[in-house]
Amino acid sequence: MTGQPAHPPARVSTSSDRLRRLLALVPYVVSRKAVGLSETAAAFGVSERELVDDLNMLWCVELRAPDPYCPIDLSYEGGEIVVSQAESIDRPLRLGVDEASALLVALRMLAEVGQVAPVPGLAEGSALSRTIAKLEAAAGEAAAPSAQVAVQVDRHAERSVAAQLREALASGRRVHLSYYVPGRDEATERDVDPMRLLVVEGRTYLEGWCRRAEDVRLFRLDRVLGVQVLTVAAEVPQEAESVDVDRGLFRPSPNDLRVVIELSPYGRWVAEYYPCEEVTDLGEGRLRVVLRTPDGEWVRRLALRLGEDGRLVEPAELTAGVRKEAAAALAQYGSGAAGGGSEASDGSPPTAGMVS
Amino acid sequence: MSKRKTERLLSLVVCLLSSQRYLTATQIRAAVPGYPDSFDAFKRMFERDKEELRELGIPLDMGSNGPLDEELGYRIPRQRYVLPDIRLEPDEAAVLALAARVWRRAELAGAAAGALLKLRAAGVEAEETGQPRIEPRLTGEAAFGPLWEAVRDRRPVTFAYRAVGRSEPQQRRLEPWGVVNRHGRWYVAGHDQVRDAVRVFRLSRIEGRVEFSGPRGSVNVPDGSDVRELVAEWDTQPAERHTAALKIRAGTGFGLRRWATRERAGSGGWDLVDVPFSDLSWFAEHLASFGADVVVSEPADLRDAVITRLKGALA
Repeated sequence: MTGQPAHPPARVSTSSDRLRRLLALVPYVVSRKAVGLSETAAAFGVSERELVDDLNMLWCVELRAPDPYCPIDLSYEGGEIVVSQAESIDRPLRLGVDEASALLVALRMLAEVGQVAPVPGLAEGSALSRTIAKLEAAAGEAAAPSAQVAVQVDRHAERSVAAQLREALASGRRVHLSYYVPGRDEATERDVDPMRLLVVEGRTYLEGWCRRAEDVRLFRLDRVLGVQVLTVAAEVPQEAESVDVDRGLFRPSPNDLRVVIELSPYGRWVAEYYPCEEVTDLGEGRLRVVLRTPDGEWVRRLALRLGEDGRLVEPAELTAGVRKEAAAALAQYGSGAAGGGSEASDGSPPTAGMVS
Repeated sequence: MSKRKTERLLSLVVCLLSSQRYLTATQIRAAVPGYPDSFDAFKRMFERDKEELRELGIPLDMGSNGPLDEELGYRIPRQRYVLPDIRLEPDEAAVLALAARVWRRAELAGAAAGALLKLRAAGVEAEETGQPRIEPRLTGEAAFGPLWEAVRDRRPVTFAYRAVGRSEPQQRRLEPWGVVNRHGRWYVAGHDQVRDAVRVFRLSRIEGRVEFSGPRGSVNVPDGSDVRELVAEWDTQPAERHTAALKIRAGTGFGLRRWATRERAGSGGWDLVDVPFSDLSWFAEHLASFGADVVVSEPADLRDAVITRLKGALA
């Protein structure tokens, strides 16, 4: 069967992008009666020079028959755009299926998020549901295919945790968090000045200024063991820099460990779950991945979890530690672990001699 | 060529939108500047222009003004061209601006921006004001784009898929019913043509290209099928609950004690902790990650699974 590729090479379609913009520009001005050049350029994501080129092109439109005439009249004297005649293109083109779907799927995702983190405006019966209804009405039949895409947000986080964090964000107050750090398997206590909530890769995070680390930190809501909203006002320092969500939540630092693991077909999930710097196909479903982490303890736990499905290659100083830990753990199972006692024994040679 | 083409297409849209009547190709050529003199060259260019307009989502009608017209003409019906009136309150516009940011890292980013542009053109003030209190994002996946197109256009697809534990990917043929993002991961659900059954696939396990294998409109999504439900079922752990009796070294294993149903001090620096679990192999891996701080007493199959894991780490 010869399929046709679903990824045609990206076509350079600057002229259709520009046409889209031109058709939106006139109604943009008309619906506002008059609007500044710089404000309009910003709204359309173009420079003022490009905008002026667009306006000139619109003004120059000429139809030659049956009688020659110029259907669009506009001016931008003094930096203010006014359209005095726009004829047929005074209203925007309706939404396409992809456009309507992009917004509707995102809005419905916000509704899901609102269930987890009830931020004002996203709760049921709020601005969100009104917006969805209005957009569906405006999109008409272009709205239908959007039902074919759904987003479900993980609801593991305790609603009470989310509700308290929302309250703290709304009232601008500091919180005390009991927070579980799985890499070190410990519960930590800290005061945090909340900045905002993030929902990325299906998980909800609090971004805040951690007064213990004196830095911006992300806290996964499902790992928050307890929240107390304090009476103290939150003080997020000037230098606190928000995480750039669009560059990924986890930015490796140059001091991080470089971890190399070889994975069996059953261990491939590691490449799906953690951001990998490199993924090399070793054939027969095996992969070699390179990860960065500041946390040697996390690496040790991952290697123990993977067992025969992952071989820790680097850092070398951790590989010995993983074996030693596995041997110590096996020793606690006594002779049963040595292959004799258990029915599910895989017939491996006794391990007692390998315990260091 | 780009500028002249844009000018020509813009004039063409204005021309066809302004006219109540169907305009013949000859009339269009006379009115719209920029077409070549040769009629054949004009026809070819006009065909391509019509295609451009359709790709932009501009409705183009063909018809005649009366029974005596010999030649068919074209027009853009205004009522199908124009975005219906939409007025948003400031709080609604803020929600819309937030929604448009959701795709910023993913495939429909351009579509979301295009939609926002049109809504702004309709008078909606969806400007980004300051930093919002919440920032949701969807992440991208290479297979999303073609699968969304397939779902939207109801076309079957084929792709190479590597199921968990498989050493080689297998070719699958799917009538896709819908795409679902569940807990941050993308899935496609539909009718597997080879197995003749409903199947769910994870997009991150699709290798290489997704190819269309049939015409538009040829996939029938059965009434009442709920792709969210299908994916949720596929992803859900077995409901059966078991309890593990564990020995946990005092002062460690906090991640297990969080879920304990029973916890009491034992001898020799160990605590005796009961923890519920449902998926045995997942739980065994989890327990192995605690190394020598945790020992399984019961049940035996869990104990054996942990021992196997640990032996694997030793190898």
